[in-house]
Amino acid sequence: MIDVFERRIILVSILVMGLFILAIFYAMGARKADVTECLPYDKTYETARVEQLDKTTYQIFYVARMWNFEPSVAYIPVGSEVDLFVTSNDVVHGFNVYNKNVNLMAVPGGVTKTTVRFDQPGVYKVVCHEYCGTGHQNMQAEIIVNYPKKQ
Amino acid sequence: MQVSRFLRNTILIELFVPILLLTVGIYHGLMQVIYRAGVIHQSSVAKLDYYQGLTLHGVINAVVLTTFFAVAFGHATIAFYLKKEPNKKATALSMWLMVIGTLLAAAAMLAGKASVLYTFYPPLKAHPAFYIGTAMLIIGSWVAFFDWVTIYLKWKKENPETNTPLAIIGTLVNFTIWFVCTTAVAYEVLVLLVPWSLGHTPTVNVPLARTLFWFFGHALVYFWLLPSYIMFYTMLPKLAGGKLYSATAGRIAFFIFLLLSIPIGVHHQFGDPSIGRGVKLSQSLLTFGVALPSFITAFTLAASLEYAARKRGATGLYNWIWKLPFFRKDVFLFGYLINGLILFIFGGLTGLVLASYSLNNVVHNTAFIPGHFHMTVAGPVFLAILGMSIFLLQQLTGKKIFLPTINAIVPYLWTVGVIIFSSGLMWGGLMGEPRRTNLGLTYLNPASDQYHPYWVISSMLGLAGGGIMFVAGFLYFISFFGTLFSKRSTEPLLDLPESEPLHEEKRIPVLDTFKPWLAIMALIIFLTYLPAISDALNNTGKKAPPYLPTDPTPVVQKK
Ligand code: HEM
Ligand SMILES: [Cu+2]
Ligand SMILES: [Cu+2]
Repeated sequence: MIDVFERRIILVSILVMGLFILAIFYAMGARKADVTECLPYDKTYETARVEQLDKTTYQIFYVARMWNFEPSVAYIPVGSEVDLFVTSNDVVHGFNVYNKNVNLMAVPGGVTKTTVRFDQPGVYKVVCHEYCGTGHQNMQAEIIVNYPKKQ
Repeated sequence: MQVSRFLRNTILIELFVPILLLTVGIYHGLMQVIYRAGVIHQSSVAKLDYYQGLTLHGVINAVVLTTFFAVAFGHATIAFYLKKEPNKKATALSMWLMVIGTLLAAAAMLAGKASVLYTFYPPLKAHPAFYIGTAMLIIGSWVAFFDWVTIYLKWKKENPETNTPLAIIGTLVNFTIWFVCTTAVAYEVLVLLVPWSLGHTPTVNVPLARTLFWFFGHALVYFWLLPSYIMFYTMLPKLAGGKLYSATAGRIAFFIFLLLSIPIGVHHQFGDPSIGRGVKLSQSLLTFGVALPSFITAFTLAASLEYAARKRGATGLYNWIWKLPFFRKDVFLFGYLINGLILFIFGGLTGLVLASYSLNNVVHNTAFIPGHFHMTVAGPVFLAILGMSIFLLQQLTGKKIFLPTINAIVPYLWTVGVIIFSSGLMWGGLMGEPRRTNLGLTYLNPASDQYHPYWVISSMLGLAGGGIMFVAGFLYFISFFGTLFSKRSTEPLLDLPESEPLHEEKRIPVLDTFKPWLAIMALIIFLTYLPAISDALNNTGKKAPPYLPTDPTPVVQKK
């Protein structure tokens, strides 16, 4: 019913797709590239803050609202590993860190979390990339990775 | 064949209304690239705000045009292949629901009371007329579908042993997907959002609403695409002067779409809270399954085109391509379809990139996304719609195409524009340029302290490509409306190009029935979406009151 060429192309397509899927698993396993962790929500995420867990481990709790992020500037020493938690106080916002593969949604009633290492000093811009009303294009924040450290 | 005056007029109205509105959609497409490239630093032009215009652009181009066209083309296909005209009452009811619904939604958007973009994510709140209008548009399309189902069942009873024509399989598969996926968005709109926007319910579960939206939202893109696929399989080989390499492949492709179009919507929510990683990963993998029919299609079409070219005397491993009827105004539809296919190569491949789970983190919600989907919805989908609309217009009115040469080059010009436009947007996206943003006010405004010079060149490319797209769109309007307002020269008729299969093909009973496929479809949807919905319900901590896009404080509820 299906001719040889067609059968071959279906087989090849399936193999190619298999290869892509292997690449996804490789990225997850060897490169630790994953999507946001799924955490149950609680009220403590509504308080924006930076917490230091130990010398090189930090947690930043972001609260997005129309039309800014809190904390709007966060200082982190070079070489730290940072857990980012993001939620929203009003509508849906986006959270994209320039030059880092951090890409989260800030959704009221939910919290997203990812972990990122900052090995290079610099100013990392955070841009809101989901439409959140008339002030959307103003909405950004900064993560300042400095060396030697100081606030 | 001859069609009744009633059906002709209905189809013509269903082509005319969206193409008239499309002038607004295309106008604002041009404006968007102008704002985004930082040519102007304003929040609105001619009283139309950026986000208001972007809402019109998304709703008109991607929802109104595509839905109207799918219904109009469905009427034509059913009448042509089953030789039975749809029921008058149902057809009229369907048309009026769609027209009135569209007018309601358009009024809300033009009044500036629904600047919530075409995804209308709560807790941004639009005027109830926006939600109700959109729901009427959708329900209108259901009415047409229910009527086609009865026609098909009757036809099948009379012809139990005849293979159902491929175009009919495609149409019914497409509207089945549409009906199933729109029930979720109808629930979101009518049960969650309308009472909430009227102030009857105080709050709404946002992750749940988003999950219901994307249950619909990904299948929506196949609803856009399948009419083009029907044209690719049943018309393109004929237009090229050849035969369809394999109609069985077409049937298999359509049934895979039926199974897998819906249970992958969570791939739009990789960055969302509340939904577990397992759900996201499994739907990412299923997305690769739904790419399979497109690979099959690419092969079958290329083989059919090669056959056509060789029949025209072509030789050589690749040189046969040049024997195809490019730039021919008598087979202009070929130009529209082939250009769509060329864009879809890139649109499809970038789609696979986006579906790749954590790779999505690199570009989610950046300009990469509109860069990608202007090569799908503004590629094969849009070009097939434009080509078929003017084709049907010409046949059903019995008029000659106005400026046929212009009409024949429109798809080429459009394609060049899209390639430049999408390259710019995708490049910008890789550098973090956000989508859905009036960049000209801040990031591309040298006077702003948020000025971001990295995005200057990429957004300029977007402007250049967008400008070319605008010119192509404008030329099309001249040709379309010029044809509409010219004098009748022949008798109206309906005569769709019909490809014959290359090989004699036996009827395979499982590929000529819907029941087993519908059962598997239901099972897969159930398995994939039950955990997604239950996650959205269980992990969400609080519900949200409504907000207007202009105001950071919630709308106060009337008691
Ligand atoms: C002159 C032609 C066009 C130009 C220059 C253009 C340009 C654009 C631009 C720049 C955006 C992104 C705006 C932003 O994210 O801030 C956009 C969004 C979009 N375009 Fe187009 N476009 C054109 C035609 C079309 C067509 C024909 C379709 C569909 C058939 C289409 C569908 C969409 C959709 C669905 C969006 C997303 C809207 C949203 O994010 O809410 N566009 N367009
Ligand atoms: Cu925002
Ligand atoms: Cu999708």
